[in-house]
Amino acid sequence: MAGSTADPFNDVLLSLTGVTKVLMERDERVAHVDRARLLSVMEILKTDPRFSYEQCMDVCGVDWPDRTERFDVVYQLLSLTRNDRLRVIVTTDEEQLVPSVTPIWSGACWWEREVWDLFGVRFDGLVDHRRILTDYGFEGHPLRKDFPLTGHVEVRYDEDEKRVVYDRVALTQEFRQFDFLSPWEAVTTLPGDEKAIRKAGSSS
Amino acid sequence: MSNVSEQSTPAYDFAVTDRHTVNFGPQHPSTHGVLRLIMELDGETVERADPHIGLLHRGTEKLIEYKSYLQAVPYFDRLDYVSAMNCEYAFALATEKLLDVVAPDRAQWIRVMFSEITRILNHIQNTVHLALDIGAQTPSLWGYEEREKLLEFYEAVSGARFHANYFRPGGVAKDLPDGLAERIWDWTEKFPKFVDDVEGLLTENRIVKQRLVDIGVISVSDALGMGFAGPNLRACGVPWDLRRSRPYDKYSEVDFAIPVGKHGDCYDRYLVRIHEMRESAKIIRQALQKLPVGPVKIQDSKIASPKRSEMKRSMEAMIHHFKLYSEGFHVPAGATYTAVEASKGEFGVYLIADGTNHPYRCKIRPTGFGHLQAMDLLTRGHMLADAIAILGSIDVVFGEVDR
Repeated sequence: MAGSTADPFNDVLLSLTGVTKVLMERDERVAHVDRARLLSVMEILKTDPRFSYEQCMDVCGVDWPDRTERFDVVYQLLSLTRNDRLRVIVTTDEEQLVPSVTPIWSGACWWEREVWDLFGVRFDGLVDHRRILTDYGFEGHPLRKDFPLTGHVEVRYDEDEKRVVYDRVALTQEFRQFDFLSPWEAVTTLPGDEKAIRKAGSSS
Repeated sequence: MSNVSEQSTPAYDFAVTDRHTVNFGPQHPSTHGVLRLIMELDGETVERADPHIGLLHRGTEKLIEYKSYLQAVPYFDRLDYVSAMNCEYAFALATEKLLDVVAPDRAQWIRVMFSEITRILNHIQNTVHLALDIGAQTPSLWGYEEREKLLEFYEAVSGARFHANYFRPGGVAKDLPDGLAERIWDWTEKFPKFVDDVEGLLTENRIVKQRLVDIGVISVSDALGMGFAGPNLRACGVPWDLRRSRPYDKYSEVDFAIPVGKHGDCYDRYLVRIHEMRESAKIIRQALQKLPVGPVKIQDSKIASPKRSEMKRSMEAMIHHFKLYSEGFHVPAGATYTAVEASKGEFGVYLIADGTNHPYRCKIRPTGFGHLQAMDLLTRGHMLADAIAILGSIDVVFGEVDR
């Protein structure tokens, strides 16, 4: 497998204006792209015969709350003619618009709607910007890391009102997230380890 | 128009029709689950179809972020519940890739075999349901009988008929029970006859052809733009199959043909699935012939549970077992997009690990999302009844579309 630096294809990708970084992650090619130039880069990636990524198989969001631009928008591109995949990543936050790639791959529409629905990322040029997976009238963006697993509302059928009603989630016990992380696994060096190393070194 | 009166003048305006919006679903047998399809009709002609999905949204991706890797596996059964093991397959491969481990040969062959059994299960269900949607009842009765035989194989290896929880990171949960290989072999000998019988009912059937040929045609460029994959893309004439182009596990060692269609209509999608069933049966036979003896999960007690018999004697095995089912294994930080050729198309998992015992993000790329998105494109200009046939032919299951 080609290394992350010695791959000529990576250099070709890197020569496109807007591509900021290309790297190999476990044999998968990842390109980081400047948000403002996303559309032009994607256009080239689809139409240029050197790349010819005919399909955009998936668009998804990833939330990194500690970053200033907290969201990644990740595009999984697939070239059938070259049998190759490419992952394109742009970053954004709650306010900044990401250019919609629907003019290039019409099928990206639902994926972008999903990213909007679950993460609250806004897309520029997305004609149909409705929510897609959550309930009608849903508030919040559930896949953000600060959205609680239990959600905020629950539905039930109300016998008196003869209809389904929305209530605030009432937990009968506190939400429990067990931390199974072992202290032994995390501590890679224990007090006294240096003696063992020194001993092994001196005896050899 | 049936109500054209005898006395109407030659200048009768045939364009005067009734335009209305129909709410199709969410509770309707031919939506194959819970799909709310809002259709604007001009008379009986579909002008626009707007699928509203998410009625089965259970927040699988969010839940997986709070579970250990092993606890995440059963969620995959419940995505595409008609081809459960194919969904598990993608997650198992993605986790193995991040762990940098390879399942033993026997496990790989078992996974290939059960992946194909799953494909046949899926294609039988889809084919007979398509027939049912367009008014043929007998194939569904025959198909369900055949599916039951395959579900017995599921039950024999995993203990469950549907939600198998069988493909695990590092191999499979259990070895095949005694005699199962022979039973599967016997079944593969009889199976082509079943496909012949179903084809005898459907393939040259005049009504089936009237309902399917030239209905829901999609061009190659539209199909690619919509993110089509699997049988729906192959029906357009694109010989793209991840088992061939990016083989995983032992798919590089099996010999099979990739059936392709020509027209990209409902009938070609049906034919592709019929032929894929025959090819899958061939793959199952090759897997049985090449099935080596050996372990069915990697021999690393930090990832795969030690044997029950070992746990009775070895304290260390006991500890490993306890740690695996409470804390689970840790996956080194990294990300991978791993896709398999599931029964319905490309099923992918974009898995981000942060070095702890649960995924940081597990994005599931369902097969049916792109296909369903094309409903508007496929149904436009067709009759309302054709929309049913089209929906049946693109093969969607809402467990995975809605996640």
